[in-house]
Amino acid sequence: MASAYLEFIRIRFLTMLAYRVNYYSGIVIYSLNIGVYYFLWKAIYGDASQLGGFSAAQITTYVAVSWMARSFYFNNLDREIANEIRDGSVAIQMIRPYSYLLVKFMQGFGEGLFRLVMFMLPGLVVVMLLFPLDLPKEPWRWAVFFLMILFSFLINSQINLLTGMIAFWLENNQGVISFKRVMVDLFSGVVLPISFFPGWARTVLEWLPFQAIAYLPGSAFTGTLSGSEVVFAIGIQAVWSVALILPIMLMWRAARRRMFVQGG
Amino acid sequence: MPAIEVERLRKTFKVPVHRESLRGAIMDLFLRRHKEIVAVKDISFRIPEGEICGYIGENGAGKSTTIKMLAGILVPTSGRVEVAGYVPWRDREAFVRRIGVVFGQRSQLWWDIGVIESFRLLRKVYRVEEADFRRRLDELTETLQLGELLHRPVRKLSLGQRMRCELAAALLHNPSILFLDEPTIGLDIVVKTQIREFLKKLNREHGTTILLTTHDLQDIEALCSRVIMLDEGQIIYDGSLQELKERWSRGREVRFRFSEPVEPSGLAALTNGLPVRWTAADEESARLWVPREIQVADVLARLVGALPIQDMSFKETGTDEIVRAIYQSGSASVPAAGTAADAPVPAAAAAGNASVSGKAAGDVSSPGEEAAKDASGPAAAAVGDARPVKAKGAPASAGAAAGDVPEDAAGQEEAGEETPGKKKRTEAQVRG
Repeated sequence: MASAYLEFIRIRFLTMLAYRVNYYSGIVIYSLNIGVYYFLWKAIYGDASQLGGFSAAQITTYVAVSWMARSFYFNNLDREIANEIRDGSVAIQMIRPYSYLLVKFMQGFGEGLFRLVMFMLPGLVVVMLLFPLDLPKEPWRWAVFFLMILFSFLINSQINLLTGMIAFWLENNQGVISFKRVMVDLFSGVVLPISFFPGWARTVLEWLPFQAIAYLPGSAFTGTLSGSEVVFAIGIQAVWSVALILPIMLMWRAARRRMFVQGG
Repeated sequence: MPAIEVERLRKTFKVPVHRESLRGAIMDLFLRRHKEIVAVKDISFRIPEGEICGYIGENGAGKSTTIKMLAGILVPTSGRVEVAGYVPWRDREAFVRRIGVVFGQRSQLWWDIGVIESFRLLRKVYRVEEADFRRRLDELTETLQLGELLHRPVRKLSLGQRMRCELAAALLHNPSILFLDEPTIGLDIVVKTQIREFLKKLNREHGTTILLTTHDLQDIEALCSRVIMLDEGQIIYDGSLQELKERWSRGREVRFRFSEPVEPSGLAALTNGLPVRWTAADEESARLWVPREIQVADVLARLVGALPIQDMSFKETGTDEIVRAIYQSGSASVPAAGTAADAPVPAAAAAGNASVSGKAAGDVSSPGEEAAKDASGPAAAAVGDARPVKAKGAPASAGAAAGDVPEDAAGQEEAGEETPGKKKRTEAQVRG
């Protein structure tokens, strides 16, 4: 059975490859984003050597790396699930001897792998040439970073599964999906590192799963977290990945009873 | 052990009721009202292994909802389902290995990849051994003539080609039970015939139990030993097709062509005293309707010799007509006082069979009886040539509702569960 799930990763990867032209425009958009934030942060720092625990060199690296990581963990599972519920094709998924959510997750992973190989890694090389980045010298930080963005993918996808399943209750959950997307981008620390938020907001955000998606791996990579803090950060990610399984399962069970199939 | 066992199965859907006007829309934002729609009402049946059973009914009768509960897609609201020894929704992942499902209106193949790649993926999903898969695929490729289709992407197949591939996809894991939801919809006659032959062969050689819904009664005639008919979520007939025909067939029509002109008024005199009815078209031809209880030979004995008959043909009531009459009488079985006057013909259509309605009442929820009461004498007599034209009260609203209501439930909503008297779904014309 495991081989079937792996097969879904492979097929999604190949499908993405077939439509790879879509991604050339993505590369431009990501580079633009990184460029804009790079100059914005440079302007904000001015002569200041350190803000919010980040040096100027660290923040630009943080921005570039966070955006590249985003290309890996980002996916549209929520939209895919909502669409399948809305057009009724979820019925086809239910006649197959597999877990629907796990298959969706695997497809998301296939997409993530495609973006990692075809987009993030080459993109990182391009970004390194364009902007003077301060990349860590220690190999362990690199290793930790890849482990941590794996968790980022996990947590982000879990949140997407939850958001997508709301379509079982709402006729149209596009609004919820857009809202979630903005929330993730804002509160995960892609746009603004958590340490820049005011104290009370930081306390709130530290209790939410979003910071585990971008802020923690970005901070670990740029070196604002010490060795023991990195271990703690990985621990937080692991806890969230496990903790989110329960609401997903509860929601799925409720959804099964609620399920209706649109269009016959 | 029966392959499928269903007991007092019920499914209700909750659908939001939208208020009208801007004010209503704003109120909807804060307080949504819901309405319960009963798509399937406490139905029970058993299907033994190896049977091909047709499941028919109008749109919105609850056919698809039943199939979806049997296939483990939907969770029943109440009642018991057991298919191949499993409770479908509870043991879904283990259960669906034992069944195959084809939805005529939905593809289960992956749109972007080749047919053979879809099959290979299904092999892994269903954990079919490579050797078994090969054998099965070869067999299906041969009987369904998939040969040159296998390497094309699904999106480039015609509907007929795709349907054959869908069937193969549903059978790769050799299921013992096959559910088909409108498998021949939109197909041309050649493909339809091919698929029917294939299903017969499958049933004969592998003993596969098949439950199919269809609107094409030729599917039923070609395949099914048994028919279950559904109306508004309830079973109104369960039995053999032959019996259905015998009970509901109103009679037969004899068509005459004359070699020389015949005075129409003279025809009635010839059959004086027999409960038959002439519908003379013109002087050169005429049609005679003979109810089931009269021997055609008795009638002909009076006519042959007396009339210059050049040619003569018989027409049995087709399944189409029978089923149409039942659908209509099924809804005419709960009329309020006013309905009979509005729609005398559905009543009349059933009235032709009034004599058997007592017998039928066991299986059929007594539409005949009710209908017979409503049918006035002349209407009943006119039945031979009645051409019931079905015009649903509000098909447009049903269509509009289907956008946000599950299709099966849409009809129900429109019919308005609690006010059957208001139903104004049938209208008919009487000719002759």
